[in-house]
Amino acid sequence: MAATTIAEVSKIYHGNVEAVKSVSIDIEDGEFIVLVGPSGCGKSTLLRMVAGLETISKGTVTIGSRVINEVDPAERDIAMVFQNYALYPHMTVYENLAYGLKNRKTPKAEIDARVAEAARMLEIEPYLQRKPRALSGGQRQRVAMGRAIVRKPAAFLFDEPLSNLDAKLRVSMRGEIKRLQKRLGTTSLYVTHDQLEAMTLADRLVVLNGGRIEQIGRPLDVYHRPASTFVASFIGSPAMNLVKGEIEGGNLQIGLYRIELGGRAPVKGPVTVGLRAEDLKLAGVGEDAMLFQVDYVEELGAQRLVHGTIEGQALTIALSPETPLSGDLAVTIAVDRLHFFSTETGKRLERGTSFGNDAPVEALRLETAS
Amino acid sequence: MYRTKIFDHIILLLGVFIMVAPVVVAFMTSTHEAADIHRNGLSLTWGGHFVETYQTVLTREGGFTGKITGFNMMLNSMILGLGFAVGKIVLSMLAAYALVYFRFPLATFFFWVIFTTLLLPLEVRILPSYEVMNTLKLTNTYTGLIVPLLASATGTFYFRQFFKSVPDELLEAARIDGAGPFKFFIDVLVPLSRTMMAAIFIIMFVYGWNQYLWPTLMTTDEGFFTLVRGIKQILLVWVGSNIPDYNEAFALAILAMLPPVMIVVIFQRWFIKGLTESDK
Repeated sequence: MAATTIAEVSKIYHGNVEAVKSVSIDIEDGEFIVLVGPSGCGKSTLLRMVAGLETISKGTVTIGSRVINEVDPAERDIAMVFQNYALYPHMTVYENLAYGLKNRKTPKAEIDARVAEAARMLEIEPYLQRKPRALSGGQRQRVAMGRAIVRKPAAFLFDEPLSNLDAKLRVSMRGEIKRLQKRLGTTSLYVTHDQLEAMTLADRLVVLNGGRIEQIGRPLDVYHRPASTFVASFIGSPAMNLVKGEIEGGNLQIGLYRIELGGRAPVKGPVTVGLRAEDLKLAGVGEDAMLFQVDYVEELGAQRLVHGTIEGQALTIALSPETPLSGDLAVTIAVDRLHFFSTETGKRLERGTSFGNDAPVEALRLETAS
Repeated sequence: MYRTKIFDHIILLLGVFIMVAPVVVAFMTSTHEAADIHRNGLSLTWGGHFVETYQTVLTREGGFTGKITGFNMMLNSMILGLGFAVGKIVLSMLAAYALVYFRFPLATFFFWVIFTTLLLPLEVRILPSYEVMNTLKLTNTYTGLIVPLLASATGTFYFRQFFKSVPDELLEAARIDGAGPFKFFIDVLVPLSRTMMAAIFIIMFVYGWNQYLWPTLMTTDEGFFTLVRGIKQILLVWVGSNIPDYNEAFALAILAMLPPVMIVVIFQRWFIKGLTESDK
């Protein structure tokens, strides 16, 4: 177990293609870090550089107190779980687990003990003498994890380990990975494109886009204070609604609607406004509201996603399934639930010191400009 | 549907008949006496001289020098076939391993060079090959018989395609598990290639077993005669009024057929697996 530091690491491929651009992450001992981003954002490349499967073009990776840039993958004291499991098809489960230890000249008794322990932990004891092809996807994934566990490495690296499993199994394996990691207390680096997986597993998550870090933070911090429009639209399901607005004289103007910000506007001029689907509420009788034209409805059971437009801008609203739906809706949102982003850079705009997180929730006053 | 089935079987039976009939004729004829065969031609009946003929063929010391028996010839053929098959598999696997897993300059170029040697079978390069072996004083040796034919573009190509289909993650997992290039080859690739090896073994064994031209050229010493050459040798005695030992020629032919047939029968399951599916 050891802290891991990734310092200004870049990956430059032939032809000057920069897949990872000067990424720095400090990982504490025992921390579970999830790298999340769309495909092609460089998350897997970053992980593979830590694993030693790709060379590091620039920067340094340190595990414990050792710079491992030039160290062979086998000597880095890491273990990796692959998306397609990468089990040796001709070896039994036992041999798969033992192979890495055998190559390290671990004594036979020690190998037996460690394999038995890992097998017990992962509940794969009955399959130890089977070949991988006789196992189901979930069981294979457990074996792949077992192969990592028996090594007792300083860090686990997971490369989208759940992508090949069906939805139900993915949820249960997710819980198991989390539990296992807490129990072993091993520093972990986990790559996924699934924001839900990232949210549920991570101690801290790292959102990557185009080879750069968009944001590092605890899942809820990232969710509640996305650093950019990219993070806002990537983290959370449904994605955060982003609409065009304009700030004028302390008020936010969305189309014809004016929302008073109480003098705590971040900037002047055009902004991108972020509204979480669940923060938009149906307006009560007599409350100021915006007219939401319903396009179509998705029933999810626990909630109901209503897609539609406000002033021609597409939005999604999450409502409880009990809410009666009849034609268009009048919706409202609390002012402190609004997120502002720069229209040019997409970066988050803070609303000034007077508007902290602990500010009382104010009812939103809406006026129809006419 | 039932009618179709009968029809299928008729076609299959026809095929079997066409394939097997000559063998049966050869076997039956080989049990007759040479004079009978000369008089009556091929025969489909049992001649009753099975034991004598085959015993003579296997143990009689024949040839001009009189020091080669059918059994020795069989041994020579076996050495040639096995040496061929094993040597080709080892060489082409190592070549394919280098081509697929190691980055070295001009790798693709070298692959195509190897590939184009398919256009240069032994018959085309037989004189230079002979010259090389002669200069190295390797005529009349097993080395001279086997080594010049070991490089196999076919084998290299097969193994290259197979290695390319092995997922990269397997190599990466092995690297993290502390397996170097040698260990990865022995512990992972070789076991995975078993069915491929069996398939290529059959092809190459039969190829080596049936070699005629090269052994004829390379070996003048009768101690190195193979079965295929032995058959020819028996028919060579047709000088004057001598009747060639047709029965012995047929018996030798039958003996020459047996080992390849047995190998195919034994490895059949692996053979089909190796050529059709990859065991992953």
